[in-house]
Amino acid sequence: MITKEATEVAPAPVRETPEPPRSVKHRRSWDEVPRWQIYTPLSIYLVFTLIPFYWILLFALRPAGSTSLVPWPITFDHFKKVWTERAFGTYFENSVYVGLATLVMTTLVALAGGYALARFDFKVKNAFMLALLCSQFVPGALLLVPLFEIFAELKMINSLGSVIIAETVFQLPLSMILISNFIKNVPYSLEEAAWVDGCNRMTAFRIVVLPLLRPGLIAVGSFAFVHSWNHFLFALMFLNNQNKQTIPVGLNTLMSADSVDLGALAAGGIIAAVPVVIVFAFIQKWLITGFSAGAVKG
Amino acid sequence: MAQAAAVAKPPAPPRRRRASATPRRLPYLLIAPAALLMLGFIAYPVISVFYYSLQNYNPTKPWRNGYAGFDNFVQIFTKDPQFWDTLTFSAKWVFVEVGLQLLFGLALALIVNQTFVGRGLGRAMVFSPWAVSGVLTSAIWVLLYNSQTGITRYLADMGIGSYGTSWLSDTSTVFSAAVVADLWRGVPFFAILILADLQSVSKDLYEAAEVDGASRFKQFWHITLPHLKDAIILSTLLRAVWEFNNVDLLYTLTGGGPAGETTTLPLYIANTSVDAHNFGYASALTTVAFVILLFCSMVYLRLSKFGGGSK
Repeated sequence: MITKEATEVAPAPVRETPEPPRSVKHRRSWDEVPRWQIYTPLSIYLVFTLIPFYWILLFALRPAGSTSLVPWPITFDHFKKVWTERAFGTYFENSVYVGLATLVMTTLVALAGGYALARFDFKVKNAFMLALLCSQFVPGALLLVPLFEIFAELKMINSLGSVIIAETVFQLPLSMILISNFIKNVPYSLEEAAWVDGCNRMTAFRIVVLPLLRPGLIAVGSFAFVHSWNHFLFALMFLNNQNKQTIPVGLNTLMSADSVDLGALAAGGIIAAVPVVIVFAFIQKWLITGFSAGAVKG
Repeated sequence: MAQAAAVAKPPAPPRRRRASATPRRLPYLLIAPAALLMLGFIAYPVISVFYYSLQNYNPTKPWRNGYAGFDNFVQIFTKDPQFWDTLTFSAKWVFVEVGLQLLFGLALALIVNQTFVGRGLGRAMVFSPWAVSGVLTSAIWVLLYNSQTGITRYLADMGIGSYGTSWLSDTSTVFSAAVVADLWRGVPFFAILILADLQSVSKDLYEAAEVDGASRFKQFWHITLPHLKDAIILSTLLRAVWEFNNVDLLYTLTGGGPAGETTTLPLYIANTSVDAHNFGYASALTTVAFVILLFCSMVYLRLSKFGGGSK
């Protein structure tokens, strides 16, 4: 409310004083913070952010027993060892499978539900919205026992399906709310125009709405992937069979060994990070726009 | 396709009616998959937790299983010092983490929202730990904190501290050590959300304030902060719930130790159910944790006047 009034009032004085010197002057002073005030805190923070990354690279690349602060001579022995002896090759495959399946399921189910929430008024809509919000308070970690019993009943313990379902379910509420907000931002009249042109609802959605949802879907999908790639507890609980486990469980096994093989741990950590880093580099520019379009708006 | 339909104009009206006639059942069909999944794998487990909280239920001691009334709850509140210890630690953990993450996240967002050379790279590097998992964070910080080849060794080389110290196994340093590790990963979350919201502040507002001679701090206080208010409230709340519930990091970094020093309530619950198989008692603890979370969230939303301005 306040913001709106202010925006309406604000431009007036600027327009009334069109003398160039003034606008140039204030442009400089609010647009340009002194450089050192940007670079100093940023560098300090970057040191804090990057040292841990350097540390893990260092341990992964330098020979076992070395205490040098530079990874030289470089060795890839830790990677070979962790990939074959510690079965990270298998874990990696499982993690990719879980991540992609969660991505597809979450996006499809959330897209359907999000469309319903954005475009229709129906009886249980408010109750459903409330359930979505409340589910944010339901800690997955605290439901481990009943979830375990359900999957045991379904004979899904030790199958990746259990983890995929559990990850999807806990990703759904937020994804659906986000997607419904993205859809609300697409004018309904666009779809209606397509109907008039003879498209049915499905076709209209596919050719009119879907392309506009791209940034949002990328944000939601990569969230689902990264989240399930990283998540650990469900896999730890539901998968006992060693060749069914995922990367985070493998890392935990390395860490909880009696004498931790630091080189192997570091190499395993880097294997765990690579796909996430790739996804992250790819989506970074959509992330900000995706959020600012979909978040917060009622 | 659109062209073909435009030529065949007459059949358009009935089609349109069909499109608007389907909706009666369509929304229900569309939410059905999500609703079924959530009923089966969230609602049902929640109900069974409530049910078990009133039972003695321990698969390893089946002769004692049965209805327990409120015994579990009585025990929690009167005879279980560990409950109070872990609850206090959880509160402290959430408060410190969310507070510091918000503070640093806000500062970072304001910095990388400026225009400067290397902004894209700066943003990417600052945000990078966001995507790192709890377990990987633990792995990284285990490497940094380990007593033999960790950072303390090199600090000792430079004459700071002494050799062989491990911040994770000393009760006086473990809290700060864990906080720093979780901050490393948590700050980018706030920075990203706040940066996204900063994009929508109207530049005109700052120009107007500039004309009125407001200092940069005043602009921040009167324009930026009010604009960010709802986003801050929502993200702190989500983050607080998340920090409360999340066990990945502490489970793998400290395992709740040393000497139970870093055991949160969810970690205690996990130990009670997974290691001790005391499902009934763990369910009662879960119920209590639930109620506390829900209550705190309501109070927080009320106090912070979320969505304020309407009244």
